[in-house]
Amino acid sequence: MKKREDTAPPKWATRLLCWYCNPKLLEDLQGDLNEYFERNIKSKGIRRAKLIYVIDVFKFLRLYTVRKPEIVNLLINWIMLGSYIKTSGRNIVRNKLFSTINIVGLAISMSVGLFMIGILSDMLSYDKFHENRDRIYRVISRLEYKGDRSSNFTSTTSLKAAKAISETISGIEDIAILRRGFGGDLKFREKVIPLDGYWANPSMFKVFSFKLIHGSPATALKEPFSIVLTEKSAKKLFGDEEALGKTVIFNKGGEYTVTGVLEDIPTLSHINFDMLGSLSTREVIAKNDKDEMTWDHILTTWAYALLPPNANQENLKASLNQLSTKEDRSLKDTHIELALQPMTEIMIGQELDNQMRPVLGKLWLRIFMALAFVVIISACFNYTNLSIARSLSRRREVGIRKVIGALKSQVIGQFVIEAIIISLCALAVAHLLFLLLRPSFLNIQQGIQELFHLELSFAIIFYSIVFAIAVGVAAGIFPALFFSRINATQVFRNFLGHGSKKLTFRKALIVFQYSISIIFVTFTVIIYGQYKHYIAFDLGFKTDNVLNISLQGNSTEILKKELSELPEVKGISQSLMLTGLGNAYGTIIKNPTNPKDSANVWYNYVDENYLPLLEHKLLAGHNFTARTDSLETDVIVNLRLLKRFNIAPQNPAKAIDEIINVDHKDLHVIGVIRDFHYGGDVNKSEEVVLRYANKNAKWLNVKIQPVDPLATYSKIESIWKKHDTIHPFEAKYYHLQIAENYSGMRALIKVAGFLAFLAICIASMGLLGMVVYTTETRLKEISIRKVMGATEINLIFLMGRGFLLLLVVAGCIGLPITYLFFEKIFFRSANHAPIYMSDLLMGVSAISILAIVMIGSQTLKVARSSPSEVLKND
Amino acid sequence: MKGTNLGEFEELVLLTIAALVNEAYSVSICDELERQTKRPVKLGVVHSVLNRLEEKALVKSKLGEATQTRGGKRKRYYAITAAGKAGLLRSKEVRDELWNMIPEFSLKRI
Repeated sequence: MKKREDTAPPKWATRLLCWYCNPKLLEDLQGDLNEYFERNIKSKGIRRAKLIYVIDVFKFLRLYTVRKPEIVNLLINWIMLGSYIKTSGRNIVRNKLFSTINIVGLAISMSVGLFMIGILSDMLSYDKFHENRDRIYRVISRLEYKGDRSSNFTSTTSLKAAKAISETISGIEDIAILRRGFGGDLKFREKVIPLDGYWANPSMFKVFSFKLIHGSPATALKEPFSIVLTEKSAKKLFGDEEALGKTVIFNKGGEYTVTGVLEDIPTLSHINFDMLGSLSTREVIAKNDKDEMTWDHILTTWAYALLPPNANQENLKASLNQLSTKEDRSLKDTHIELALQPMTEIMIGQELDNQMRPVLGKLWLRIFMALAFVVIISACFNYTNLSIARSLSRRREVGIRKVIGALKSQVIGQFVIEAIIISLCALAVAHLLFLLLRPSFLNIQQGIQELFHLELSFAIIFYSIVFAIAVGVAAGIFPALFFSRINATQVFRNFLGHGSKKLTFRKALIVFQYSISIIFVTFTVIIYGQYKHYIAFDLGFKTDNVLNISLQGNSTEILKKELSELPEVKGISQSLMLTGLGNAYGTIIKNPTNPKDSANVWYNYVDENYLPLLEHKLLAGHNFTARTDSLETDVIVNLRLLKRFNIAPQNPAKAIDEIINVDHKDLHVIGVIRDFHYGGDVNKSEEVVLRYANKNAKWLNVKIQPVDPLATYSKIESIWKKHDTIHPFEAKYYHLQIAENYSGMRALIKVAGFLAFLAICIASMGLLGMVVYTTETRLKEISIRKVMGATEINLIFLMGRGFLLLLVVAGCIGLPITYLFFEKIFFRSANHAPIYMSDLLMGVSAISILAIVMIGSQTLKVARSSPSEVLKND
Repeated sequence: MKGTNLGEFEELVLLTIAALVNEAYSVSICDELERQTKRPVKLGVVHSVLNRLEEKALVKSKLGEATQTRGGKRKRYYAITAAGKAGLLRSKEVRDELWNMIPEFSLKRI
């Protein structure tokens, strides 16, 4: 046998010849090649002969030998389409269980795919309404301190850079500048409306395609104290009155004239605002601000350059570098690098700091796509698996088709079409699932609603159909190839041989599905453990029953007085910011014990009620005392700050009355508190100073009785509404805010949990199908075994053994992957809950129980069947 | 329809087919040509010429019986048609006439 193999010409070359060669010429051509081949073996040896054979096959590839596309065949395929659809339909109806498993499995995974398509199409439609979309580039910048190149690019740049680029760099058509910070209340007659927006230059309307309904694009943002409103905000402020030319009063100073009204901004725009103030205004109001035009204030301004068509990017980058080198001289040890980012990449590109709005980013897009892909592939495997498993019942059909004259390609066509039909059915179900799941997906996390809309547009439906066909082909191609290779003569000889090769292929698919399920489940369980760990983490202060109210510019005194009259209120304090949520206010302090050393220190302004209310622990000294003047003399520090500056670290009491210089003020240390978590990252503990707040408070912290918090909330809200009719009441319970701080993680848990659920569903259905199929085909064997005296337990064990082994293998693959993923990638930071073995095992055992129940119930059914019933028909 | 004019190699192949009588198939034609002309003849070239001759209706072909050799593939035997014969004769006439035109002395002196 082996010898014959060796002396045969290379198979693939023969196959190639058969493929391209005109069938009329094929036989004698092949014969000639064979004859030469045999001759060459004798004269030149087997290897040369093979080589010559291959070369000859390629040499014969000529115009006259190539097979012409056979129109008749195409026509036949077209005519047969009806027959294929009919047989497919019958098959789907005949095997209801398998069809349901396939359709539901594919539908579940396709709904994930639909989300993916929706997300992608939303992301790609962002900013599409700008006519110059492809020519707009955002200027991004990165600050390198002392040559440290690790910092990330910010999406902003300095006002200085934006202006310098527009003035000095040639090869840029125009540059739109948007500076942050134009937000506040606008007053017209008696009406006050809070609005948000940017300072913008006149080029805004040249670069972007925002349409002015009233006013001229050239002059609207030219003069100082000009304001352009969107249609919506104009309506809010002026009602149906003409807005153009009206004067409004801005609560942060100045009277502005309305010089334009913009059409409302499309929802899928990464730039969003209620109003624009003319940038020239800042030349008036910020005239004396030293920082306004400094080179390193790179967080203030978004600049969008409009490049001419075919602009030379390299030259531009060189000019930007030149500008940097020139301006870097104004700074010590600092280099600011400027770069251009295409507008089309803003929503889906590299992740930058300081974005105008949340973006999805490349990383998340890829993760989502990968997960969706895994789930879809898993469902395709089900189809492949079950179709091949059921091949016995379809063999005859294929055999007859072949005997009648069906070509290989026609058999392939038939089975692929069948898969496509199933996948289109699944698509219809998937659309329903999509509509059902859409609201909950959009509510998974705040901000997702602003990011995506996921409307079912015609384009999406079209893409989804293309997608369904692709899934159908992917799922159907393996069974189709399998069936097309069936040998008609063997089928009718009642040939029942399962090639062991095919069985391992199917087993491998099941193992893959279960490994994926196990990975998803353990992932979810572990992340949930981490989330719990973070939420329950000791922050160093107590957040229970504290309601934080955002003051939004209101004076504290009246509110405080009224609130304290409520019986539910136990105490009120005020603070600049809320610690433990990730926000930070920082300043640089010199080391009092070593004048050469200085360090970045975080601060908060608080009042005398703050420490007891949040139960911060004083280690030494005393709390602030109430005072009404605005003089700042005292400071409370945390233990870490003492350690950092080496001020009596062993004995905090000795640190009292030390003097620390904060923002050019000498402050007495009057107290030392235990370390607590200032920012949101539980892995860091920071040096913090607490300063006394008189006018600097932005939040009221209200401690309330734990009875009926909802009623208390609405009572406080009604008090707020009495005093502030403009701003909506913004208040939240502290512990909820902390939890929200980890909402990204919570969203991840939900998404991962959902995917785990899907993966398990799909894998379980696949397993169920396989078990049902195996038990059915072994029914006779089981009956005979039973007659011979096998017990039910024996039989269940006999049939379940193989499947359980697969589960064990899946566990052996899935668990280490999850473990390594968390150890190597997810937990690079120090502070995290350990991975418990029980967590890992829990996922596996949950899946195993499910699988065992399925296997058990099916095998039990067969094992209980009466042998006489089964065998009497034979 | 291409012209019925014969190229040099086409003529050779056609002559070989006629000479081999019942044994003319691609490989044997190839071998015979190689033997006669003493130069290597590529199978691919012979094949395409045979194909062209058949298109011009100068030869006809039929498949023979399957044998154990050649991987069980049948041979395609070629036979010359009346048109082929006419073509051969015409080109021979042209040559003969040209030969006859050559004065004896002009060849002798070379």
